[in-house]
Parts: sequence; structure tokens; C-alpha cells
Amino acid sequence: MSFTLSAVTPLAEESFTPPGPGDFNLPPVGPDNTFQFLGETMYAGVTKPMLQIVLTAALVFWFFYAASKKQAMVPGRLQYAGEGAYGFVRNSMGRDIIGSAEFMRFVPYLVSLFFFILLNNLFATLPFIQFPTFSRSGMVYGLALLSWVIYNAAGIKKHGFIGYLKLQTVPAGIRGPLLILLVPLEAMSNLLVRPVTLALRLFANMLAGHLLLILFALGGEYLLVHGAALVKPVGIVAWLLFVAISFLEILIQFLQAYVFVLLNAMYISGALADEH
Amino acid sequence: MEGNLNMIGYGLAAVGPGVGIGLIFAAYINGVARQPEAQGRLQTIAILGFALAEALAIIGIALAFVL
Repeated sequence: MSFTLSAVTPLAEESFTPPGPGDFNLPPVGPDNTFQFLGETMYAGVTKPMLQIVLTAALVFWFFYAASKKQAMVPGRLQYAGEGAYGFVRNSMGRDIIGSAEFMRFVPYLVSLFFFILLNNLFATLPFIQFPTFSRSGMVYGLALLSWVIYNAAGIKKHGFIGYLKLQTVPAGIRGPLLILLVPLEAMSNLLVRPVTLALRLFANMLAGHLLLILFALGGEYLLVHGAALVKPVGIVAWLLFVAISFLEILIQFLQAYVFVLLNAMYISGALADEH
Repeated sequence: MEGNLNMIGYGLAAVGPGVGIGLIFAAYINGVARQPEAQGRLQTIAILGFALAEALAIIGIALAFVL
């Protein structure tokens, strides 16, 4: 539903077009093969987020490979950074949440997932790249699907299929007809909604944050170039706010990578939990 | 001025998670002020609660774009 407010007259002859989700549809790198599918223009080719996702995988692999190649008793700078990064994820997300009995099996997945997401998110702020890979929802659905398969497989392996379903859908300490109400709700929340919220959280945070930055950059430029004389300083204020929000975005990028892996660890620990 | 009423609806919908996240971090700060050594445990719980409350706002923004 759209509305038009004609009382506010435009300041200049050229009107301001606000950024939208369409700004995230980057054209492919290289040959431009488009085709029509369900009335939408689709690209068949390699796009920038695809290149970024491969670059991140290579960079994260290279970092941990280089950091762990020379395992000295007195660590060098690179080894120290690698051990610190690994230890952060292993202790704060693996050991503290999954529990000391079984967490080591999942640490490789959690560590690589955390740094993969973190680097992809930081690409939103890194100069010359400045595009968050996970503002494309397809990239995130893949990760969420992988996480969903892993925590369910871990639970089924430990409890058996029926036992695992019982663990996830029947809340402890509840008997009788209330179960008719609670079992479908728990099944939906634990088995269906979890991967969707996991994916949407990361995707929408990256999309909304980047959209906000585009809005401040373009709006500042519009006010400064096309605005009336009195409005021009506001453009500079908008650019200052752009810098401030960029720092907020760096915090959010880190926090979202942390939350994604934290929730993964929570789901794994919930799937492995003993019956009450 | 052109715009989309969905965004106003989303602004209203975001009030709830906003209040919720505020309450979560208020409780976290209270807890750490009373018992500073519990910070490590409380931080994980606070960030988890923040993520769950934020999910509502995220579902809202997704629907605001979709509807």
C-alpha cells in the first residue's frame, strides 16, 4: 500500500529515489546472461557474493593453516592470534554450552562457521568490497540448512529417531490432554521455525544495516548537491552519521556471527541433552 | 512525499522487540552490578535473549518487504 503526501514540495527539480532491496541485485561479473523466469529477470553467471564466499573460505583456511603450521612451544604472533581465535570459539561457545563431555566433536564446525560468517559480514565494511555476502538470502539459507542437518543428525544419532522426536516435541513434566496442544507447537518451534529464524536473523540484519548505510550516503549526497542552501549542511551531518553507523555496523557484524554460532551450539546441546 | 505504509507498520511492530531488548540488557546490567563475577554466564544468556527478542523484529522487517 502506498500513499502520497503532496504538501511536501521537492527542494530541487531532481527527486530523490530512496534505496531499496533492488540495490542488492548485483549484475554478474563477466558475460551477462539473463533469462526470464516467472516474470523476473534472472542472471546466469557468477556474481560478487559468490566470489566473496569463495574468497572467505580460502582466507579462513589460509589463516588457520598458516597459524597452525609451525606449532612452537613459544608461539609467534600468527600462532598466538590463531590460538586466541580458536580458543575463543572453543571455550565460550563449545565448552560452556555443549558441555565438556561431547563438545570437541563440534568444535571444528563451530570455529570454521564463526570465522566464515565473521569475515563475510566484515566484507560489508572493508573498503573496495563493501558488500555483505549474507545480504543475499540464498547464501544464508545454505548455512542454516547445514546447521539444521547437523543438530538433528547429532540428536538422532544419540537418541534414535523416535527418542529424538520425543525429546524435541514433548516438554518435560507435562501429561494429559495439554500435550495435544503443546506437541505441535514444540515440533513447529524446534524443528521448523529454528532454521528459518536462524537464516532470517543474519540475512535481515545484514540487509537492513547495509540499506541504512546506503540511505545515509545517498541522502547526504542528495542534500549536499541538490538541496537548497540552508539544507546543505544537513548533508554533512548525514555523512558524519554514516561514519558513526559504520562503527555500529561493525559491532553488529561481529554480534551476528557470534549469535549465529551461539544458537548453533545451543541447538546442538539441546539435541544432545538427556531426557529429563 | 512518497512512501510505504508497511514501513510505518514495521516501525510500530519494532516497539515490542525494542522494549524487550531494553529489558533484557537492563536485567543483565543489574545482574552484573550485583555480582560482577557472574558476567561470563550472564553475557551468554543476555545475548541469547537478545537474539530471540530480535527475531520478532527481523520477522517484521521481512514481512514489511514481502507484503
